[in-house]
Amino acid sequence: MEASATAASDAPITFYRLQACPYCERVARLLNEYDLEYRSRFVEPMHSRRDVVKRVAGVRTVPVVVDENTGVTMAESANIVDYLESTYGEGQTAGGDD
Amino acid sequence: MPDFEVTDLGPADHLEAGEEVPDVTRPLVTDEFWENRSLSDVVADEGRTILVCTPMIGSFAAKYIYDELDERGWFDRADRIVGLTAATPYAVSSFLDDDELPFAIFADPANDVAESLGIANDLDGMAGISEPRVAVFGLESDLTIDSAWVSTEWPEFPPYDELESELGLE
Repeated sequence: MEASATAASDAPITFYRLQACPYCERVARLLNEYDLEYRSRFVEPMHSRRDVVKRVAGVRTVPVVVDENTGVTMAESANIVDYLESTYGEGQTAGGDD
Repeated sequence: MPDFEVTDLGPADHLEAGEEVPDVTRPLVTDEFWENRSLSDVVADEGRTILVCTPMIGSFAAKYIYDELDERGWFDRADRIVGLTAATPYAVSSFLDDDELPFAIFADPANDVAESLGIANDLDGMAGISEPRVAVFGLESDLTIDSAWVSTEWPEFPPYDELESELGLE
């Protein structure tokens, strides 16, 4: 939780999220669990107002994670969870939908 | 004499040129997203920064000021313009998007930053609402103030021409 509050703008992971979105919270939980430094970018509820996410990831859904450590940009919580687990954690769990 | 009343707020006990602005982190809002940014981070990235403080987004004062700054091209003429207001990030983002404004504005609904600058104003007749006075500060890259203009009346707009020469925006 504190990671997002204190992360410098040069944090290697950028996390596009929507306030109170359960799929985003799931990713946030994992980022915190693995103690990863990230910056949160909150986006708008309306998909039509998510041009930044579209530009970055080619979709208008969140969560989206951009990881400069690996050069990976990823959408969809299930994929992100798999990615974080295989990159920063051990073991694997099934994901969900955005 | 005009038959309307301009309210005299009196001089604010605000930070002056030569003093340092406290470093704070708040959501910096654009038309697309909001993220935590610290003032020190902004000035370190961009160099000299002009901090424009306005009442809540939704007020005519905030709208007039940003429209004027847009018209005068401050965004292109200064290294960095950053706003401060006591509104939610959602309100700020919608405002920037609706009005197609190129600025980034710190959203500080609790108005703590204005308080620390000495420019907080309690909205008369409305309980629990505190917002910044209209104010413009020039900040050097170490957060030292090199120029401070703070309104003393309500409503009062920045003396744009004077500020442009003081801030070197010719």
